[in-house]
Amino acid sequence: MAARAVWLAFRGGLGRRQAFSTKANVQVKARVAERTSPVTHALRFIPQGSGRITVEVIEHLERLALVDFGSREAVARLEKAVAFADRLREVDTDGVEPMESVLEDRCLYLRSDNVAEGNCAEELLQNSHRVMEEYFVAPPGNISLPKLVNKNPSYTAKW
Amino acid sequence: MLGRTLREVSVALKQGQITPTELCRKCLSRIQRTKFLNAYITVSEEVALKQAEESEKRYKNGRSLGDLDGIPVAVKDNFSTSGIETTCASNMLKGYIPPFNATVVQKLLDQGALLLGKTNLDEFAMGSGSTDGAFGPVKNPWSFSKQYREQKREQRRPKLHREREGTDWLIAGGSSGGSAAAVSALTCFAALGSDTGGSTRNPAAHCGLVGFKPSYGLVSRHGLIPLVNSMDVPGILTRCVDDTAIVLGVLAGHDPKDSTTVQDPVKPFTLPSLTDVSKLCIGIPKEYLVPELSSEIRSLWSKAADLFESAGAKVIEVSLPHTSYSIVCYHVLCTSEVASNMARFDGLEYGHRCDVSVSTEAMYAATRREGFNDVVRGRILSGNFFLLKENYENYFIKAQKVRRLIANDFVNVFNSGVDILLTPTTLSEAVPFLEFIKEDNRTRSAQDDIFTQAVNMAGLPAVSVPAALSAQGLPVGLQFIGRAFCDQKLLTVARWFEQQVQFPVLQLQGLMDDCSSAFENEKLASVSLKQ
Repeated sequence: MAARAVWLAFRGGLGRRQAFSTKANVQVKARVAERTSPVTHALRFIPQGSGRITVEVIEHLERLALVDFGSREAVARLEKAVAFADRLREVDTDGVEPMESVLEDRCLYLRSDNVAEGNCAEELLQNSHRVMEEYFVAPPGNISLPKLVNKNPSYTAKW
Repeated sequence: MLGRTLREVSVALKQGQITPTELCRKCLSRIQRTKFLNAYITVSEEVALKQAEESEKRYKNGRSLGDLDGIPVAVKDNFSTSGIETTCASNMLKGYIPPFNATVVQKLLDQGALLLGKTNLDEFAMGSGSTDGAFGPVKNPWSFSKQYREQKREQRRPKLHREREGTDWLIAGGSSGGSAAAVSALTCFAALGSDTGGSTRNPAAHCGLVGFKPSYGLVSRHGLIPLVNSMDVPGILTRCVDDTAIVLGVLAGHDPKDSTTVQDPVKPFTLPSLTDVSKLCIGIPKEYLVPELSSEIRSLWSKAADLFESAGAKVIEVSLPHTSYSIVCYHVLCTSEVASNMARFDGLEYGHRCDVSVSTEAMYAATRREGFNDVVRGRILSGNFFLLKENYENYFIKAQKVRRLIANDFVNVFNSGVDILLTPTTLSEAVPFLEFIKEDNRTRSAQDDIFTQAVNMAGLPAVSVPAALSAQGLPVGLQFIGRAFCDQKLLTVARWFEQQVQFPVLQLQGLMDDCSSAFENEKLASVSLKQ
């Protein structure tokens, strides 16, 4: 019974502690709203001056990702995602090594370099839409994506 | 027969009370009758019946392969299955037929399990509701249970008209919602899910199941279409902890095809019966008591702690100080790895390909625009942003540093003498679909993964166990977290808890009868629901 009282006491104490962090969350949300509102009301497809994400960055990302934003909402979503990630700045990470894998203290298994399986080219080619003999067929290469500026939102449909 | 646990039905098969083919047919007809749940993307009826036939021969010759021989199972549709379409619930992979089996699938088949089909999910497992897939959302079987319907009739009379229209159903949780619905609706005895940030434990909690995430490195990821390589693990969904242990015993162990599986010899996962918990120290992480947590789950959590305490276990409050940054850290690492992983889908070798043929890059871009949904595209773009040269240090490396702090929090707690951590799995019970879709996917995932993703970043084993029904008549799960590679100990404690709480079974008669009226408007007249 005494233990139960302790348990309830810590719950009460915690409630207060958490109320404080809720306030911080609200502030973060408010910041997000400020940053994204120009995007929501912008008439143009690409928002301008909406904070850290410039037209150049958006174009650059579309080229790297080979995915287009497609809508104002998508840009707003990125800005929200970035604002959310910005909370990491509050954490003191001085002298902390980045952690790439939870198995970092173990030896990575490497098998011996012998062919163990293969000869499945035909099977693999069957999943491709366009093949010629034993090759995957791609459209002409070395042509970069057309510039995004001065393009209307439905540009992908014209390709 | 279908309501039995895996172990029970395995005994029935061994004793000849039922044959694998009979069992398989029962499950297939059950899948047909519960089609409205949308749990399955592909039902591999012919394959399953053929496997059942072979299993039957083995039983007749007295050469059964073990506990899983003749047991119908389902597999989440992001595990490669040889000769069976594998879509990740994405237009990008519609029609894709892998030429090989994922290691975990192969291991199940090698033990004689029958593969009934591939289960529904959020596209590429990105989500927490199983609502964002190309084949539509998964419905939680508990939406149609006697327990929930009765409570609802008493509590919310005015909303009854919506029920008639068939829109007042609950989400299954995600992203392995199809697997959870499949096991919960008794269409199979176990299912594979995947767990990157909680995708197995979350739907397990919402569907009243045991959902297990093994230690990272214990179970092979080969053939699991990757989302976040450093956190993904195959998950197990069953109706009791013992069944999970049986399946884990089959799946665990080093795989030469996955260099991140550890080479330590795997000990058997049969669970010793735990009668004395007095030597056990259960930690209650105080940071998990967030204001968003429903008061009902909070009190169930507290009751569970009391249960351990009254049985003699030491229950102490512990601190994982970096918890509140965990979901943010997860968000950065997840999107970054997603951006890298999704680069493989270009339309050339497999999957969707658009008609554009101006240039290779134009073809890539248009294919990816057509193939991925908004959520996937959004995560790819965010990830690419965090990986930009000018952002790499401030976001990606920073997040990796925070990841170490989070992993260290767990190490410190376990080194202080705590054996197992006890936390909620979700903030609340399953919510109605219409409620769920009011928020976007990122916001939802940030809320729903809050108690689950830290474990993935630290590589620890964790299991969600159904604790009780809420006042609404819906399942509530609690999560147990163990030390890395102490999966057996974790499951042993989970089973002790399971035995104490005696979670009620889903009342099926309610399910079948209510569905026939709730879904008559959904043109399912051809499906006989009242058998």
